Amino acid sequence: MSLSREHELHKRRFSRNMGLGFALIGLVAVVFGLTVVKVSTEEFTEPLFGEAAE
Amino acid sequence: MTDASLNTANQSAPLTSDGGFSDFFALLKPRVMTLVVFTAFVGLYAAPGGIHPLIGAVAILFIALGGGASGALNMWWDADIDRVMRRTKGRPIPAGRVTESEAFGFGITLAAIAVVMLWLATNWVAAAILAFTIFFYIVIYSMWLKRWTPQNIVIGGAAGAFPPMIGWAAVTGGISLESVLMFAIIFMWTPPHFWALALFMRSDYDDAGVPMLTVTHGRKATRVHIIVYTLLLAALAVGIGFTTVGGPIYVAVSVTLNAMFIKGAWQIWQRTEDDAEADNYATEKAFFKLSLYYLFALFGVIALEAGLAPFGLGGW
Repeated sequence: MSLSREHELHKRRFSRNMGLGFALIGLVAVVFGLTVVKVSTEEFTEPLFGEAAE
Repeated sequence: MTDASLNTANQSAPLTSDGGFSDFFALLKPRVMTLVVFTAFVGLYAAPGGIHPLIGAVAILFIALGGGASGALNMWWDADIDRVMRRTKGRPIPAGRVTESEAFGFGITLAAIAVVMLWLATNWVAAAILAFTIFFYIVIYSMWLKRWTPQNIVIGGAAGAFPPMIGWAAVTGGISLESVLMFAIIFMWTPPHFWALALFMRSDYDDAGVPMLTVTHGRKATRVHIIVYTLLLAALAVGIGFTTVGGPIYVAVSVTLNAMFIKGAWQIWQRTEDDAEADNYATEKAFFKLSLYYLFALFGVIALEAGLAPFGLGGW
């Protein structure tokens, strides 16, 4: 069975790949947003590597 | 899942189905997810202390994703009975658009992402409850209880009751009376909701061999169970109104809703099968529909009380 370019299978694969692409972009945006919020809050303190070593 | 069911699966579905995005989305049970999102939001919004809006939104996103992962894993495990039941025949696996192994991989991956991301975004308590919820729904409910005991719905309902507790824990980092009561409301609401459905979806559960109360103890016993659980639910649903998440508006709405719900359960209890057959289960269908509005309204008013509190209008 040959698959033509317009076969429904290609549409399903395309929609799945697009969905995965958007989901990954969304995940990156979520992690970035979380990072910005976390480092902007008062509770955030930078780790003191130098002092800990001493 | 038995060997027989696996063999059946191999015969009826191809090994690679190339499902589209919508098929994988359907694995997440989006309709169930709306309840998860809404109740998790209310738990989070009503919790004392507040949370950054973005962190709150991310928490709800991953609670929903965890719920969706449970749905996908449930469809993987229940694929054999989904092929038998009229209501579930069109799901992606029985329809042959997604293979069972694809659904399993999809569900496990999403579950891991959801738990880890909720931990990073909020705290370990919320993440632990989410992980336990997924475990409970798949292992305790789907794999163990669903096909073994007619109390499957009662105990399995706990899985759907955790989201407001997770939302609450995301803000407070702990568990409290209020969050346990929100859990208890959904826990008590689930049996009458599903038993009403089982009464009018007559043959589905029989055909699939799932030991629903209607099958094992008869339809009269199911009607008795519905009224008993509805009365217990009413006590909890009104009782939470006198805690920190309640208030006069909640109590007024809750009393009204519970009176309507008890009336519906009472009518179901009073009916015989002949009565139900005569009007094509109109009362049972109306009760099922009311149960959906009931839960959304109860949690909606908890959110309303929390929203009005800063203006001195909500709460006690």
